Parts: sequence; structure tokens; C-alpha cells
Amino acid sequence: MLEISHLRYDVPAEDGGELGILRDVSLTVDDGKLVVITGPNGGGKTTLAKTIMGLNQPTGGSIRWNGRDITGLSITDRARAGVSYGFQQPPRFKGMRVRDLIALAAGKEDLTPGEGCQYLTQVGLCADDYIEREVDASLSGGEVKRIEIATILARKAGLMIFDEPEAGIDLWSFAKLTETFERIHRQGDSTLLIISHQERIIQLADEIVVIEKGEVAKHGPKEEIFPQIMARTLPGCGYMKEA
Amino acid sequence: MDKTEWKILKEIAELEKTPQGAYNFRVNGALDDRKVTANIDIRSKEDGKPGIDIIVKPGTKKESVHIPVVLSMSGLTDVVYNDFYIGEGADVDIVAGCGIHNTGCETSQHDGIHVFHIGKNAKVRYVERHYGEGPGTGENILNPRTEVYLEEGASITMEMTQIKGVDSTIRDTVVEVGPGGECVINEKLLTDGKQRAESNMEIILKGDDATGRVVSRSVAKGDSIQVFRPCVTGQAKCFGHVQCDSIIMDEAKIKSIPAIDAQDLDAQLIHEAAIGRIAGDQILKLMTLGLTEEEAEEKILEGFLN
Repeated sequence: MLEISHLRYDVPAEDGGELGILRDVSLTVDDGKLVVITGPNGGGKTTLAKTIMGLNQPTGGSIRWNGRDITGLSITDRARAGVSYGFQQPPRFKGMRVRDLIALAAGKEDLTPGEGCQYLTQVGLCADDYIEREVDASLSGGEVKRIEIATILARKAGLMIFDEPEAGIDLWSFAKLTETFERIHRQGDSTLLIISHQERIIQLADEIVVIEKGEVAKHGPKEEIFPQIMARTLPGCGYMKEA
Repeated sequence: MDKTEWKILKEIAELEKTPQGAYNFRVNGALDDRKVTANIDIRSKEDGKPGIDIIVKPGTKKESVHIPVVLSMSGLTDVVYNDFYIGEGADVDIVAGCGIHNTGCETSQHDGIHVFHIGKNAKVRYVERHYGEGPGTGENILNPRTEVYLEEGASITMEMTQIKGVDSTIRDTVVEVGPGGECVINEKLLTDGKQRAESNMEIILKGDDATGRVVSRSVAKGDSIQVFRPCVTGQAKCFGHVQCDSIIMDEAKIKSIPAIDAQDLDAQLIHEAAIGRIAGDQILKLMTLGLTEEEAEEKILEGFLN
């Protein structure tokens, strides 16, 4: 179970004061759930995800994972405790092959090409074409993104956080990806936290969390929250007029 | 050869026993063991200079020559002249390299001067590894000079690697590429502590359709200093590409001065050079996979120099 309690993340503001990126976020996610986090740009979704992974140190509040307080743990220790995070804009590595990166993620130096390929297939990459390639600038943004997601699949962590996994990915791969999320969810071994704006992904959710201005604006079952989001987006723009 | 010497041989030539094909082992400035084949002859020089002539018969296919050098005595300065004559249409692998195990406080130095004459349409893969170790305080110095003359349609791929334990190196490489010939150089260099490394390369594309490609990757740690001067000159309708890429760490200093010199209207030459530290998000990404910061750094360097 993931328990986030009164989490704050402040950065120094231009006026010398503090700017609250996360302002008192409390959230509980039960084991095996698929929760989609959505909300307007700049609302704090990625900051929340990074703070769970330890990439940001919160200025207040606590994070508990499986009953253990992980707020003070390093990134490495959180990773070893079963937290994983797929970057929104993953880095590239000159000279490191796709199979090397997946082997590191799986924690198996002797990962066979066959095992590596299996993860690539789940993100819609034709494994034979990619497994020996370098994760460098020769790969497109969408390719790097899918390899990033494959590393999270290979980690098989108890908590998988995906940050806009759909961004930059073509329609065919996207279909494969939603299937993969569905299957992981069905197997029930991992808790999934997915930041997304895609209706197809939102439809997979058990629960939806709307983060707005650094706070949890809504949190509830998909059936309850989804119609509210749809209702708000339609007449949301004052310039939009019916033809 | 004793255990230490075999260990060094493994580092520089990945050999655990005497190899297939022709070989010449030089240990502490003298011949240790040699084997020739029907197609590859190895002869000690007759003019009194230290070194060997390696003669590969025309048309020799899929054979290899290993010529490693090991220095395990402190305070030795070993200069060696090796000349390679590769016959027309031959296709061979040549594995060279020098390893120093220095237990004393005196300088151990090996200067290998290699000259390749590569005949028409012949193909050579040349691997050279440099390595130093030992508990002594004496410096390990390696100053190799490599000259390559490629005739029409001939090609060479050179893998030149210096990964560990060499305190000072000045490496000079000169390649002349004939018409339709090809030269590919992959250089890998890692320095640490107070080490110094300097690499000068001159690739002259002399004939039409000659190509030259240099990819140099290096990592400088500690207080080490590296200087690179790769230059490609185009004297005909040719293609040349130089790429230098370095990771800088700690207090190290790196100077990269690639040059291209066109002397013909149809010479097409490109150079790129980059120096930078390890990107922070690379380390963070690997930490999210459960590696410590040190392990992450090691993996990034290992990949970069793989």
C-alpha cells in the first residue's frame, strides 16, 4: 500500500518567498490497484511522481510504502524497496545497448536476448531490430520512450509509476501498451500509478486522481470521477462556440 | 612466462594459452616464443635494430598474428621496430599490445614503432591494447608510433585502446590511404590520477574514393590530462569523418583539436568534437533501477568505452 500524507514540495519564489509545487497532498493507493493521475499542465503531477521515487526531496509530509516510511530514503534504496518510475523524458546513453539497460533494470547481468526481447515486444518494439542497438541519439523520442517503459516492465517492482507513457508513441504501439497495462493490472502483482491524459488509459483505471495547483482536487472510483472530468472539459473554454 | 606475465597477456590480448596462427611473444625486451605458419612468416630484424618483420603472403585468408609485448621488470626501456608486409588480397587479424607490470620505483617504458605496408585489396583488422599495473611507484610509459600505407582498395580497421595504468603516453598515428582504400580508427582512452595522454593522428586520403573515419572516445578522471589532435587531409575525391567524444570528471583537463584539411575540390570532410560531464539524469535513471551513484557512474563509463 502506498500512503502519502500531507506531502509538500516548495521551491524558492521570485519574490523571495516560497512557491508551493505540492501543497498538502494526501493519497492512499491500495495494493494491485491501477490509479490514473490526471489534471492540467503544471499542476504538480510529475513532481508528485518524482517525489515518490526520491528524485525530489519533499519539504514536508511523508510517504509510506508497504508500511515503511521511505520519505528519507535515497533513490537507490527506494528502488530496492520496490518503487519504480518511468521518466517522462528519458535520458540517452552513448554506447549502452538496449539489452544492457534492460539487463540492469531486471537486475540480471546474464539476461538472455530472448528475455530482453520479451519486454520490448510488450511496448510494441520489434525486438530483433532493437536489442543490440545503442540507446543514443540514433533512436527517436518515441523509441527511447518505449525502451524506458520496457525497463520498468523488466524491473517488475511492486510500485510502477509511469509518467505520460503515451507521449510520443504511435497509435499501434499505444494499443500494445494499453494491453500491457491491462495485463499487469489483471495479474495483480504490482500497483500501477499512471500519469496520463489519454482517455484509453483513464478507462483502465480503478481510481482517478485529479491533481490541480499542487493539491488533490478529486479522488475516487473511475465511474464517479470520469464523467466529472468530461463534463468540465467540454464547456471549459469561453472562446469555444458551437458551429 | 610466469603467472604475472600470463595475466598481463590476458589483459592485452585476451589470451590464456598460446593462440592459433602465427605469434611472437616479446617479454622484457627479448623474444620469448614464436610460431610461423605456411602463409605468415615472422623474422627478427637483420640490421641489428630490435624488432621483427611480419610477412603475410598474398591471398592469405582468415589468419591471425599475435605480437604482444610484456614488461615485468622495473626500469626497462624497450624500443621495438615492427614492420608488416601484407600481400595483395590478404585478409588477416593482427593483435598487438603492450602490458607493463611495474613492481619497482623505476620507469618502465615501451616504444613500439609499427609500420604497415598493406597491398592491393588486402584487409587488416588491427587491435592494440595498452595496459599498466603493479604496486611499484615507477612510471609506466608507452609511446607507440603507427604508420600505415594502404595501396589501392586496401583497408584497415584499427582498435586502439588504453584503459588502465599507463602514466604517460604519446601516441602518433599516420595513415596514407590509396584510391578506393579505407581506414577506420576506433580509439578508446581512459586516464586517471596524474596520468597524461596525447594522441596525434594524421590520416591522408591520397586517392579517389578513399575514406577515413576516426571515432575517438575518452574518459579523463582525477587530475589527468588528455590532448587529441586528429587530422584528416583530403587530396582527392574522398570522404573523411573525425568524431571525438570525451567525458570529463573530477579535476581532469581535456583538449580536443580535430582538424580537416581539404586540398581537392571533391574532398568531403567532416569533424565533430564534444567534451562534457556525465549527464545528471543518466545517473538518476540508473539509480531508479537500484544502482548506487558509484555503480551508475561505472556503468555509464563502461558503456561509453565499450
